[in-house]
Amino acid sequence: MRTFTCIAIMALITYLIRTLPIALFHKQVKSIILKSFLYYVPYAVLAALTFPAIFTATGNLVTSICGTIAALILAFWDQGLVIVALGAVLAAILSGFL
Amino acid sequence: MNINEFKRGLKKGIPIALGYLSVSFTFGVKAANGGLPWWIAILISASNVTSAGQFAGTNLILAGGSYIEIAITTLIINARYMLMSFSLSQNLNQKISAWKRWIIGFGITDEIFAVASMEQKTIQGSFMIGLIATPFVGWTLGTTLGALASGIMPSFLSSAMELGLYAMFIAIIIPPAKKSKQVLAVIGMAVIFECVLYYCPVFAAISAGFQVIIATVIAALLGAILFPIGESE
Repeated sequence: MRTFTCIAIMALITYLIRTLPIALFHKQVKSIILKSFLYYVPYAVLAALTFPAIFTATGNLVTSICGTIAALILAFWDQGLVIVALGAVLAAILSGFL
Repeated sequence: MNINEFKRGLKKGIPIALGYLSVSFTFGVKAANGGLPWWIAILISASNVTSAGQFAGTNLILAGGSYIEIAITTLIINARYMLMSFSLSQNLNQKISAWKRWIIGFGITDEIFAVASMEQKTIQGSFMIGLIATPFVGWTLGTTLGALASGIMPSFLSSAMELGLYAMFIAIIIPPAKKSKQVLAVIGMAVIFECVLYYCPVFAAISAGFQVIIATVIAALLGAILFPIGESE
């Protein structure tokens, strides 16, 4: 029973965090500053989530850096999500065997 | 329900689902090794759909943490979703009904948010539901496989797959950064702030979740002040 209560607490809190903003803000915000802020949020949050965490993603600095470099090059060439992800995974695995 | 948009969402969710399959496999293995029944692991994955948040919560359940402790940990690790949900609310079709928003909100993960924010046009509800559905299946399926057959996947493969999810974020932010110096500057600032928070011992007391939020808010706010976007964007 305790486990169920714990899971329910985790699920409910996560759900409310995710849903309240989207449910409450039906309209476009008017303020240019707020609008610009929300425009930049995806780039800022994805960058902050990725760096420097990606360097420890495989548990090995060398293979992580090889994977990161592969991802940066492929992304710079405008490759799609799948190619970039596969390229990074492959680079990390191959560099691990060297 | 717009079937075409729904199908487009399902397809866009496939790469996320593949990445999730391996990460949630790891979760399933850890939960089973910790002594949780397989169906409890599935229940956690299906009701939470978060990586770091549910890993931490599950560790607390196994370690006998208090309800308050579990609630606060979940809140801190997952608070960034609030920013994502707010940002997404601006690109969603304004006509999407309230009850659909209560469904879409359930599926705002880092990766689903990332793919949704690549959309050039107004986002339809059917697209979002499709985009959530495939990764949701991947997440719960991976957990199931991991919990039932723990230890089958070679560890180098599962750790490399985790890198793959980060690589997707790189694939999403680099092409726009090539076109816009402003976006590039915001990305650069976010990385610098995050590295400072991450590596400086002074900030070690700040949890990883809040470090990301602080870096994001400062970088996006500086971006908004230095380079406010025009009406056309």
